Amino acid sequence: MEDKKLLLDIQDLSIHYVVESGTVHAVEHLNLSLAPGENLGFVGETGAGKTTTALGIMGLVPNPPGKVVNGKILFEGEDLLKKTEEQMRSIRGGKIAMIFQDPMTSLNPVITVDKQIAEMVLLHNNVTEQQALERAEEMLELVGIKRERARDFPHQFSGGMKQRVVIAIALACNPTLLIADEPTTALDVTIQAQVLELMHELRRKINTSLIMITHDLGIVAEMCDKVAIMYAGKVVEYAPTEALFNHPGHPYTEGLFNSIPDLDSDEEELKVIQGLMPDPTNLPSGCTFHPRCPYAVEACSKDVPPMVEIEPGHFVACPVRGKPYLHLGK
Amino acid sequence: MFKYIARRILFLLPVLVGVSFIVFSLLYITPGDPARMVLGDQATEEAVQEFRNKEGLNDPFLVQYGRYVYKAIQGDIGRSYMTRRPVSDEILSAFPSTIKLAALSMVIAILLGIPFGIISAIRQYSLFDSVTMIFAMVGLSMPVFWLGILLILFFSVQLRWLPSSGFDSLAAMILPSITLAAQSVAIVTRMTRSSMLEVVRQDYIRTARAKGQKESVVIWRHALGNALIPVVTVVGLQFGHLLGGAVLTESIFSIPGVGRLMVEAIKMRDYPLVQGGVLYIAIAFSLVNLLVDLVYAWVDPRIKAQYK
Ligand SMILES: Nc1ncnc2c1ncn2[C@@H]1O[C@H](COP(=O)(O)OP(=O)(O)O)[C@@H](O)[C@H]1O
Ligand code: SF4
Ligand SMILES: [Mg+2]
Repeated sequence: MEDKKLLLDIQDLSIHYVVESGTVHAVEHLNLSLAPGENLGFVGETGAGKTTTALGIMGLVPNPPGKVVNGKILFEGEDLLKKTEEQMRSIRGGKIAMIFQDPMTSLNPVITVDKQIAEMVLLHNNVTEQQALERAEEMLELVGIKRERARDFPHQFSGGMKQRVVIAIALACNPTLLIADEPTTALDVTIQAQVLELMHELRRKINTSLIMITHDLGIVAEMCDKVAIMYAGKVVEYAPTEALFNHPGHPYTEGLFNSIPDLDSDEEELKVIQGLMPDPTNLPSGCTFHPRCPYAVEACSKDVPPMVEIEPGHFVACPVRGKPYLHLGK
Repeated sequence: MFKYIARRILFLLPVLVGVSFIVFSLLYITPGDPARMVLGDQATEEAVQEFRNKEGLNDPFLVQYGRYVYKAIQGDIGRSYMTRRPVSDEILSAFPSTIKLAALSMVIAILLGIPFGIISAIRQYSLFDSVTMIFAMVGLSMPVFWLGILLILFFSVQLRWLPSSGFDSLAAMILPSITLAAQSVAIVTRMTRSSMLEVVRQDYIRTARAKGQKESVVIWRHALGNALIPVVTVVGLQFGHLLGGAVLTESIFSIPGVGRLMVEAIKMRDYPLVQGGVLYIAIAFSLVNLLVDLVYAWVDPRIKAQYK
């Protein structure tokens, strides 16, 4: 899309899960890129394929049933899909770290938290166990947990504290890219804000790029430079955050905006996008959104819409609504 | 922790009172006169009455029970009607064979069951897994006496490698231990496998992989520690069970263990011996349970926290 040197460039990625009821097209011909230092919001409903994409980047798609069937994942110019398991192991955690969705289950219940952080340090640095444990305590302090609690087990921490530990693990080796998979979805609203702020601050300190997976556009507005909207395994819109918020191009994005609860209005009901996510084992032809799309025309069920640049850096996969802006010069 | 152990052991007392009361009642209402059994059909009615008076068998139920408890508190649980030896001596002489047999079988179950379960889980659906699971199913469904007799026929009668009875040499212990272990091996294998399959799907295993950890370390360090927690329970229950005496195995191989002693005592209406045996089993089972809970607390910090 751009000529600038990219940190991450995913090209035509397809990841399928073969299950009894058929083949789940979790990720289907997905394109996505990220420049160094950039902060990307990765948005979509549950089941869109966000986690699977992230696992694809990490080389951790569970196989069986999952398999990367097509595409390239270029990281710093090299295709991660061509790397050996051993090469991937040094990238995982070292260069690309991931924070998983549910902090309650992400930590090993029978190992103290300092050891769980130190494990990461030991794997990617040439240090002694003692130094690694020392670094673990530093990391705990960095995420706002007292050193004295280093020897505690995960069950002794609250959900928000656990997620802080998870963040400490992820950032322990100063990764180039951090993937956060809905890091606050499982937390209380008040804790959410604290954890997000912490991530924001640390990210700047360590200077890592971020892919923030979320279904909360509010988080995107606060934290991200760019946004990719994912629907049924594909990126349907990709834009600088401001452009997306000012003039969303794809009808699905429009629908997402309409479904944000408006705190000022008295309206109780959310305007949720009509219809359900399509069956991932049997995706609709053409534009996969057409059964739910209020603007659909006949051609929509036939041709797969290509991504078109409607203004600089703003791509939309909808020929009907995603027309280049005539008022661009304004 | 010590307070917890002390509390648990104290808690044993009401259990023992309850258990002895139930057994006492059961023996009281079961037909069959111990005096007749001990003295034989030829004995005169007077001799029988004299025996009953001497043993207090003609007293009302509660008097008999009260006397038993009173003496038991002082450490006297009576003498066997058959041998006239103290019940505690009888049990203590049968106990070593039983505990040896139980321990050997559990060692076999652990040494085979855990590794087979782990490998089966890691290579789910592989040939190894299928064969192991078939063996586990056979092991579970095969009657103990049938396996015992097969082993005797093959290794003792046919090959003449191992003795078919007794329990005094290591060679004599092999066949009974295998016979008794077969089911435990199967149970431990299946439990380890299913627990392992459950654990490797957990998020924290994915976290470990996301750190760039080697698969072998992920399994050994992260998965196993968690997967073995439920296995501890199963092993403990099995062991407690075996301590109560393996009646069939002891009978097939003529091992003088607690199981055989108890069956004999029940047959002969040897009330004091039955009572003592049941108390012993209750104590052994409770202590093993306590041990399991302590091991549990040791491997699982979440449980340890509750014991403070
Ligand atoms: N291990 C799996 N086996 C089978 N199907 C899966 C598995 N993981 C995810 N899927 C399916 O793949 C699709 C995408 O899931 P996921 O990547 O988790 O989406 P998201 O993170 O956007 O909610 C869903 O339809 C989901 O049911
Ligand atoms: S291509 Fe057609 S169906 Fe798809 S979003 Fe655009 S208008 Fe709707
Ligand atoms: Mg997800």
